[in-house]
Amino acid sequence: MSFSLAVRDSSTMLRRNLLHARRYPSLTLNLLLTPVMLLLLFVYVFGGAMSAGIGGGGADRSEYIAYLVPGILLMTIGSTTIGTAVSVSTDMSEGIIARFRTMAIHRGSVLIGHVVGSVLQCVASVILVGAVGVAIGFRSTDATALEWLAAFGLLVLFATALTWIAVGMGLISPNAEAAGNNAMPLIFLPLISSAFVPIDAMPGWFQPIAEYQPFTPAIETLRGLLLGTEIGHNGWIAVAWCLGLAVLGYLWSAARFDSDAK
Amino acid sequence: MTIVPAIAAHGLRKSYGDKTVLDGIDLTVPEGTVFSLLGPNGAGKTTAVKILSTLVSPDRGSGEIRVGGHDLAADPQAVRAAIGVTGQFSAVDGLITGEENMLLMADLHHLSRARGRRVTAQLLERFDLVEAAKKPAASYSGGMKRRLDIAMTLVGDPRIIFLDEPTTGLDPRSRHNMWQIIRELVADGVTVFLTTQYLEEADELADRIAVLHDGRIAAEGSAEELKRIVPGGHVRLRFTDPAAYHAALAALGEVTRDDEALALQIPSDGSQRELRSVLDRLDTAGIEADELTVHTPDLDDVFFALTGSTVPVQSSKADQPEEAAR
Repeated sequence: MSFSLAVRDSSTMLRRNLLHARRYPSLTLNLLLTPVMLLLLFVYVFGGAMSAGIGGGGADRSEYIAYLVPGILLMTIGSTTIGTAVSVSTDMSEGIIARFRTMAIHRGSVLIGHVVGSVLQCVASVILVGAVGVAIGFRSTDATALEWLAAFGLLVLFATALTWIAVGMGLISPNAEAAGNNAMPLIFLPLISSAFVPIDAMPGWFQPIAEYQPFTPAIETLRGLLLGTEIGHNGWIAVAWCLGLAVLGYLWSAARFDSDAK
Repeated sequence: MTIVPAIAAHGLRKSYGDKTVLDGIDLTVPEGTVFSLLGPNGAGKTTAVKILSTLVSPDRGSGEIRVGGHDLAADPQAVRAAIGVTGQFSAVDGLITGEENMLLMADLHHLSRARGRRVTAQLLERFDLVEAAKKPAASYSGGMKRRLDIAMTLVGDPRIIFLDEPTTGLDPRSRHNMWQIIRELVADGVTVFLTTQYLEEADELADRIAVLHDGRIAAEGSAEELKRIVPGGHVRLRFTDPAAYHAALAALGEVTRDDEALALQIPSDGSQRELRSVLDRLDTAGIEADELTVHTPDLDDVFFALTGSTVPVQSSKADQPEEAAR
C-alpha cells in the first residue's frame, strides 16, 4: 500500500519536474555547452598537440577523439547535476514545498521526483553530447551488446550517485547562486581526471589524487567498455564510488529534508 | 456524546535557541467555527500554524495536540489528510500554469483523472481564475495568487483549513473577496483557523479570537467578550475656544484632557442616558462643544490595552469563563 503510494506520488513529482525542464530548457541547455565546448576545443584547437601526446600521434585526430569522448560523457553528467543542485535549491525556497509537507503524500516523493528527473535529464544530455561526439568522428571499437548495456548501466549509476550528492548540495544552499557554487566540484573534478590527458602524464605527487577520485575509474571503465582498453580494478572502484556516493548523498539529503523547516 | 473539537492543543511550546516563540498556549477550536489568532508581527502566529499543520514539531514540554481528532505526534499523516493549509507566502508553483497547479494537487490527492479535471474546472471557475488558467502562476497578481493558493488547498476537500494571514498585502477589494470566500467555506461546515494582524478581519470573520502576545494568549473570547474586557468607550468633546474648553473641564470633573487639541474624553458606555447626562451638564454650564463624537470600544482598544502596554498582561484570561471542551 505505502509502496504504491510512494510510486504514485513520486511519479507525480517527476511529472512536475519534467514539466519545469520542458518549459524552461535554457538551464539544461546552458549546462550542455561546457562539455560540448571542451570537446570541440580539445579536438580542434589543442587536438594536434594532444594527439601527439597520446600514443600514435598520427596526423588524424581520431585517436584523441576516441580517448576524449568517454570522459566528456561523464563530465556531461557532472554538469547536468549542477542544474539539479540549482533547481532543488530554487524549489526549496518556493512555498509549494511547505504545502507538500502538509499533505498526506509520501514524504520522499519530492526528492525522488527530483532524482529520477535528474537521471533522465543526464541520460538525455549524454545522448546529445554523444551525438556530437559521433558527428565529429567518435566510433566505438567492436563493443558487444552486453558492453553497450554495461556502459549504459554505468552512466545511469554514475548519474544517480552524482544526483544524490547534488540534491544534498541543493538542500544546504540558501539560494540558486550558492547551489551553483557549491556544486562546482562536479564539473571541476573531470578536469583533474584522466578525461583529457592520461594520468601518467601528470606530476607524480598528483597522480594518486587524479587516479582515485570518482571520475577517473568511471572514465577508464567506460573507455574499456566502448573501446576495449584495459579496465582492470577500475570497474570495481567505479561501482564502489557510485554506490558510496549515492548512499551518502541519499542519507545526507533525507536528513536535510526531514529537519524542521525554519 | 462528547463533541471532539477540530483542534485541541494544550501547553503548546516552541523556542528557537533561547528565543521563546510560543510559551505554552492552549487552543480549542470547535468544529465548523472560525477561530482567529490575532497578533502583531513576530507574536508567534505563523509558528502556531506551522506546528498545528505538521510543518514544525513542537518542543518536548508541550502537551497533547489533536487536530481533526488525530494525535499530531503519533499520526501526522492522518492530520495531514484532514487539513488544508494556505501559508503566508504563496504556496503555488510559479513555473507552471494555474491549471497545472490544480491538476498537480488533484494527482497528489489521488483523484481520478476525470474527477481531477472536474474539480479543477469547478474551483477555477469559483475563484475567477478561468481566464488566467493557462498562464504561469508566477505572472499572477497578489490577489490572484492568493485565490489560486486557496483553490489548491480546497482540491482535497479538507474539513479543517489553516489560513495564515490570508489578506496581508492584498488591496481592499481583494481583501473583501477573500472574506467572502472564507464565509462561504464556513457555510460549508469547514473549520477555519485564521491568523491575522488586522483587528477588523478577526471581528468580521471569527467566532472566537485569541490575542497572541509574546508567545502567550493575552486574552480569548468572542469579539464582544474581548471588547468588554476593556472599558475603552468614551465621549470626546472638542473645542476651538480655549475658554470654553477650560469651562467644560471645570463643569465635567472626571475627564481625560488633551490640552493640545482642546479635547476632552469622558468615560461612557455610549448609552443614551449617559450621553444625555453629559449634554445636560454642558447645557447647565452654558458651554457648547464644537464637535462631539461617541467612541465605542473596538478591537483596537482591546489590542492596545493587552499588547501595547509596557506591562505584559497575563491575568486577563482569568476573567473569561474557561470553555469546558474536554
